[in-house]
Amino acid sequence: MARLRINSRQVSRMKKLATEISSDVQELISRHSSVSIERTILRLYGVDGVDEDGTPIPNLVADRVKEKEGIENGISHFFAKTMAKTGKSSQKTAEMIVGGKIDFSKLDKVPQEKVIQTETALVDTALHVLDSSRERKHEKETTYPSPKPPLRYLIVATGNIYEDRTQAESAVTSGADIIAVIRSTAQSLLDYIPHGPTTEGFGGTFATQANFRIMREALDRISEKEGRFIRLVNYASGLCMPEIAACAAYEDLDILLNDSMYGILFRDINMKRTFVDQYFSRLICARANIMINTGEDNYLTTADAIDNFYTVTTSQMINEAMAKKAGLSEELIGLGHAFEVDPEIENSFLYELAHAQLTRQLFPRSPVKYMPPTRYKSTDIFYSHTLDTLFNLASILTDQGIHLAGILTEAIHTPLMQDRHKSLSSINYVFNTAASLKDEIEFKRNGFIEKRTRQILGQAEKFLKEIQKKGLMKVISEGKFADIKRSKDSGKGLDGVFEKGPLYSNPIMDRLEQDIE
Amino acid sequence: MKHQMIKPYGDTLNDGIVQLSFTLPVEYSEKAKKAAELYASQLNLENIVVAHASRIADNFTFFIIYASAVPMLDYTSVVSTEVKVPHMKIHQINRLIRDKLKRKIVAVGAAIGSDAHTVGIDAIMNMKGYHQDYGLERYSQFRAVNMGAQVTSEALISKALELNADAILVSQTVTQKDTHIRHFTELVELLEAENLRGRFILVAGGPKITNELAIELGYDAGFGPHTVPSMVASYLIVKILEKEGIK
Repeated sequence: MARLRINSRQVSRMKKLATEISSDVQELISRHSSVSIERTILRLYGVDGVDEDGTPIPNLVADRVKEKEGIENGISHFFAKTMAKTGKSSQKTAEMIVGGKIDFSKLDKVPQEKVIQTETALVDTALHVLDSSRERKHEKETTYPSPKPPLRYLIVATGNIYEDRTQAESAVTSGADIIAVIRSTAQSLLDYIPHGPTTEGFGGTFATQANFRIMREALDRISEKEGRFIRLVNYASGLCMPEIAACAAYEDLDILLNDSMYGILFRDINMKRTFVDQYFSRLICARANIMINTGEDNYLTTADAIDNFYTVTTSQMINEAMAKKAGLSEELIGLGHAFEVDPEIENSFLYELAHAQLTRQLFPRSPVKYMPPTRYKSTDIFYSHTLDTLFNLASILTDQGIHLAGILTEAIHTPLMQDRHKSLSSINYVFNTAASLKDEIEFKRNGFIEKRTRQILGQAEKFLKEIQKKGLMKVISEGKFADIKRSKDSGKGLDGVFEKGPLYSNPIMDRLEQDIE
Repeated sequence: MKHQMIKPYGDTLNDGIVQLSFTLPVEYSEKAKKAAELYASQLNLENIVVAHASRIADNFTFFIIYASAVPMLDYTSVVSTEVKVPHMKIHQINRLIRDKLKRKIVAVGAAIGSDAHTVGIDAIMNMKGYHQDYGLERYSQFRAVNMGAQVTSEALISKALELNADAILVSQTVTQKDTHIRHFTELVELLEAENLRGRFILVAGGPKITNELAIELGYDAGFGPHTVPSMVASYLIVKILEKEGIK
């Protein structure tokens, strides 16, 4: 394969800086928990459902415990104690807590031994949820042939999960390997997971366990029919990252969008909340064998792709270092980037090749995810289609892991069935016609592309040094990523993050961490 | 007045050639192709050629059709409400503001509702601009505040009041099933309910926006695809001077 000559010592230095940056953040993570983490524990213990107003039972339990007992020491031990007292299932116990049927003052009489026994059994149940999902995925991976990268990633976004199913099926017929169900954009700021199937969503459907299940069942049927393993994607981002990861594990999702900084920058979610939540969500992903996809493409939709590509490289390194801390193997870290250079610039395609090849080589085992042009898409669909065709060529030429299909109507509406078909016919054509081109060519020594990658590495190393010196949170507060400034003590969801009390415990997290080591 | 009758042009005047593509929810077959042809004839097309038909899923067939459109249109009868202000350059606009208005123009912008795309509002407001045309932030005589995406109508209005804005710029980029219309309407209704509509120049933008649609929805102007920031800036200074009675 055509390879750029890059300075491997420089790359090692940069990755070391990224690890140091992530260790600094990890220190903050280890001292905090969040309401969403505590609700995730309840969900993995088997608590589900909503009350008559549609408020999830895990939220109601957490709120009640917070109010009566305080949540600083975590919910797990308290919940185990209550369950030992009721002698009922976790769901029934949760409902009794919500219904005010538990006298909190009498719980101390439960023998400690019985509490520990109950809690251990609950943790075993939780880990079984994650382990069995991993096993089911493994079985599918061995049953079906491995797809040849770049994997064709298509989105469905009708807002009706049942209609999405029809759209997904047609995409698979045309060659899709991965189906991402677009999430309603309004969800990232909800501090709970909505319940039930979505039939009238705006800009997508909600990430609910019911929607996950409906699409999983549909894709399993299609997989069987086509003899290919069709992977399912949703979004663990916003205010409920770990809870969504738990629901995704229950329903065997394969990939989750999960970025360590996206929510902070683009959704104004508090940074402590985001860092703390992303860590637990990634621990869950690692155990349940869910690949994460990071969102570096977003930097280029707000800032210029030539001036700021080094922020993509920098963020990729930080995302990777943080994901490794949560036990994700490189094969499960799908780092993102995008084809977003202004097409009117002469040789913009050479810049794109440099960016894509650099990402490929910096993370050789990562199924790097390549995002299509969006910023310079035109409402002239014929022009947009040609833009996507060159994007397809860049992808096959640089051996990307996941290829998010560009859609000719990107600038007009969420894709119609026929739009997806057109997109895939171009992808199928280009991937086939240029399948081995990368093995036949090489990059010119000291040519435009090599020089460009050297420039990016230089800029990214300098930026990593600055971040390492100042700390990631300081740098974000200075607006160094995506020109967006966020401070440590502002943003949404801040009231849901708390410093751990002296008796805090999260036995699921403990077990997941132990097993990484 | 002389009529000017027109119809679509392929390669000969008045041949009426149109291309269209669509999907029918039926299995690919000869019968499906015939159905596409008959459907096109119901659209008042002649000489229909079903150039392409392919199965894109179980029970779905995609068609590309070429045909001749029948009706002719009298072009002289067409009325359009294009935004009619001279398109000035950044330095001309800044000078006009400085000399005539004698204070900065305050513009607040956002993508409202569930739309997460900032592409449109960024193109107009951010420093960099769009298509080699600087954004409003770059104008020395503008104070431009871009609130980003997924902003509620309430938040947008309260920001506009807080900054005593002259103009509110609203963008909707990618929406589904006409959600953008609802979001646009909601903002106008809120302004009207609070008796604030007259206070701001209200501008809508996005790929599905035409000036006509924007006016129909109760906006002062609408800007569609290919709008560059200086077009919006030109419009704003002309309108503000007009509103304040400055000649």
